[in-house]
Amino acid sequence: MKLTKLSALVASTALCAPMAMAEDMANELTIVSWGGAYSSSQKNAYHDPYTAKTGVKIINDESSAEAVAKLRAMNEAGNVTWDVVDVVAADAMRLCDEGLAMEIDPDTQLAAAPDGTSASEDFGDLLVSECFIPQIVYSTTFGYRTDLVGDTAPTSVCAIFDTEAYPGKRALEKRPINNMEWALMCDGVAKADIYDVLETEEGQEQALAKLATIKDDVIWWSAGADTPQLLADGEVVMGSTYNGRLFSVIEEQKQPVAMLWDAQVFDLDGWIIPAGLSPERQARALDYIMFATDTQRLADQAKYISYGPARASSAPLVGQHAELGIDMAPHMPTDPNNAKNTFLYNYEFWADYRDDIDAKFQAWLAK
Amino acid sequence: MSDITDTGPVIAADGTPLKRSLARALRRQKIRALMLIAPLLLFVLLTFIMPIGDMLFRSVENNIVMDTLPKTVVALQDWDPDSGEPPSEAVYAALAADLKVAVEAKRHTRLGTRLNYELTGISSLFRKSGRQIKKWDLAQDAPFKAKFIDMNDGWAKIAVWRTIKTYSPKYTNGYFLNSIDMQKGTDGAEARPENQQIYITLFKRTMFMSMVITISCIILAYPVAWILANLPARTSNMLMILVLLPFWTSLLVRTSAWKVMLQQQGVINETLVWLGLVADDARLVMINNQFGTIVAMTHILLPFMILPMYSVMQTIQPTYLRAAKSLGATNWTAFWRVYFPQSIPGIGAGSILVFILSIGYYITPELVGGTKGVFISNRIAFHISSSLNWGLAAALGAILLAVVLVLYWAYDKIVGIDNVKLG
Repeated sequence: MKLTKLSALVASTALCAPMAMAEDMANELTIVSWGGAYSSSQKNAYHDPYTAKTGVKIINDESSAEAVAKLRAMNEAGNVTWDVVDVVAADAMRLCDEGLAMEIDPDTQLAAAPDGTSASEDFGDLLVSECFIPQIVYSTTFGYRTDLVGDTAPTSVCAIFDTEAYPGKRALEKRPINNMEWALMCDGVAKADIYDVLETEEGQEQALAKLATIKDDVIWWSAGADTPQLLADGEVVMGSTYNGRLFSVIEEQKQPVAMLWDAQVFDLDGWIIPAGLSPERQARALDYIMFATDTQRLADQAKYISYGPARASSAPLVGQHAELGIDMAPHMPTDPNNAKNTFLYNYEFWADYRDDIDAKFQAWLAK
Repeated sequence: MSDITDTGPVIAADGTPLKRSLARALRRQKIRALMLIAPLLLFVLLTFIMPIGDMLFRSVENNIVMDTLPKTVVALQDWDPDSGEPPSEAVYAALAADLKVAVEAKRHTRLGTRLNYELTGISSLFRKSGRQIKKWDLAQDAPFKAKFIDMNDGWAKIAVWRTIKTYSPKYTNGYFLNSIDMQKGTDGAEARPENQQIYITLFKRTMFMSMVITISCIILAYPVAWILANLPARTSNMLMILVLLPFWTSLLVRTSAWKVMLQQQGVINETLVWLGLVADDARLVMINNQFGTIVAMTHILLPFMILPMYSVMQTIQPTYLRAAKSLGATNWTAFWRVYFPQSIPGIGAGSILVFILSIGYYITPELVGGTKGVFISNRIAFHISSSLNWGLAAALGAILLAVVLVLYWAYDKIVGIDNVKLG
């Protein structure tokens, strides 16, 4: 495929020429993240201290949402311009599967906890892929309008299916992940059996049938910012989104919204290093990762955003919000009061079933 | 003229026949012209045509199975999927040899992802098996059949082997079948189960809605363009700024503005409730459906209709209308028989622009389309950036491109492409 290579090469040189030049400068790191409040929390907690310590200049690229597709394209063109990439765990697993991310050994390439606990023990079960260093635990959960739910505030996630007690629209994400689990749970399937049921055709039908009972009452969102906006406008009475977004609606914008932590789904976000970097760039990226994922740094990030640090040793160090001055611990998804009933995103299951169930889900939506 | 033919070929000043001398001069001119456009031609070829061709090629390309499992593919040739039995030991031995190499190069999970598009579960089958096979010793661990099935019973499933066999050729029509809601079955192509059919619906919907958007653009743009073309230059320039102003505003801002206008707690609903025209508990649903997409896209694409119409109407002499009326035509006849036919090239140009732009639109439908107002392009974007099924995305894109070309051809046959004027 000479033609393929040539065209890819030409396209990539045309598009990436400015970046390639930047790469030659020895003291720069291109870090890809999500943008918005999340990127600024990383800038405050990781980037600025790292630049102060080493003098390495950090360039922020806000492409995490398309990171997998872009990395694949860069890799095919043979010109990877990113040094460190922030992705959710499911994407990290796909990048690892595709051979686009390098494997990292936590015990030799990451910092140990201050008391000497090894990194692999400190992160524990959260090391879900060989290529992935978790950074934060976040959750997808529901928020509701306190002024629109009447006298009895919802306490269970099944309130989303109860249109009689809580009339009005709901916001749900336009994809099967999480929605299918909630639907089965509220249709009487025991929590332990949910994925066994969801594996089967009948189980998938059952979940879609349960969702069909509220299909006309749902606004389907595709960007994390949608639900907070819909809640603020009073367009929906309740909706799912990332817990940090709800924190900002409730505590920073002071909207009449409250959290419904029930059946929140934990997920992880963290770093990967692209495969195939030159040895110098790889060393620089690893040095940054070593710094940015140590115990203190992970705890620092929680000062700026309400996501829980991924290291066990960071939890006791979580303090107050840098500007609001409120205690952050009660706002963490991992706080015992909030984590009474939780799910952990089932990476293995969705890696297999995502394409299949998504096709059915989208066909069902379009009907 | 007649005596020239009598006296043989005309000779130029230097003695060569005029015809040849002329041809030479023209050729030189042509080469010069070609050299002038060569940079642009090369640029378009290298950065536009070739990447698009490369992308479209992915819709049939399927080297990955052959490249990752070369021995297995050969060994599988003798296996009959309809026998109801998993393949023989030879196939499993070939698989072990292939996977050993693939795991070293970390290519097995890639193949797993590819085959998982066709059969759910293969992704983790390959990933899990890869970890085990790393430890195997090819020379001593035979026989492999029992070992594979022992490790993961997925390797005993006929469906897994059938999928590998079906997708072993270097080229496949699987992606194209998938994009018209079909699949490769045991005896050739067959329809997908009904609960997975979506693409034909989306193609039809994309065509239908693009047509509605084009027609509403024509209806709204025609009077505006007429006023602009018939006002004195100073006033029409002022009004032209109003047409262009939204053009200079970000697409996202305009789309979000429509959200604010149309949502149930939005400006229009609030006003209607305040006026008492709509009950508070029966607010109109105007967004997150087809209506929202049509309104927002009509607004966004309107300038593309107004501008070509305006430039064509400007060239129509007002005297024609006056002449028609002085000959006894009513206002309507003068417009319909004299003015309108002359403005058709503008409508044609605008319609082609708006229709082709809207067929490939995806940001606006994604934001305001809900579930009933999304286009095929939203699925293409999903497969490019989210599911990473680039082959399917390429097949859907190729079909869309073909549809546009067919419509363009039909337009040329019916209206005539010479009839299109952009100015």
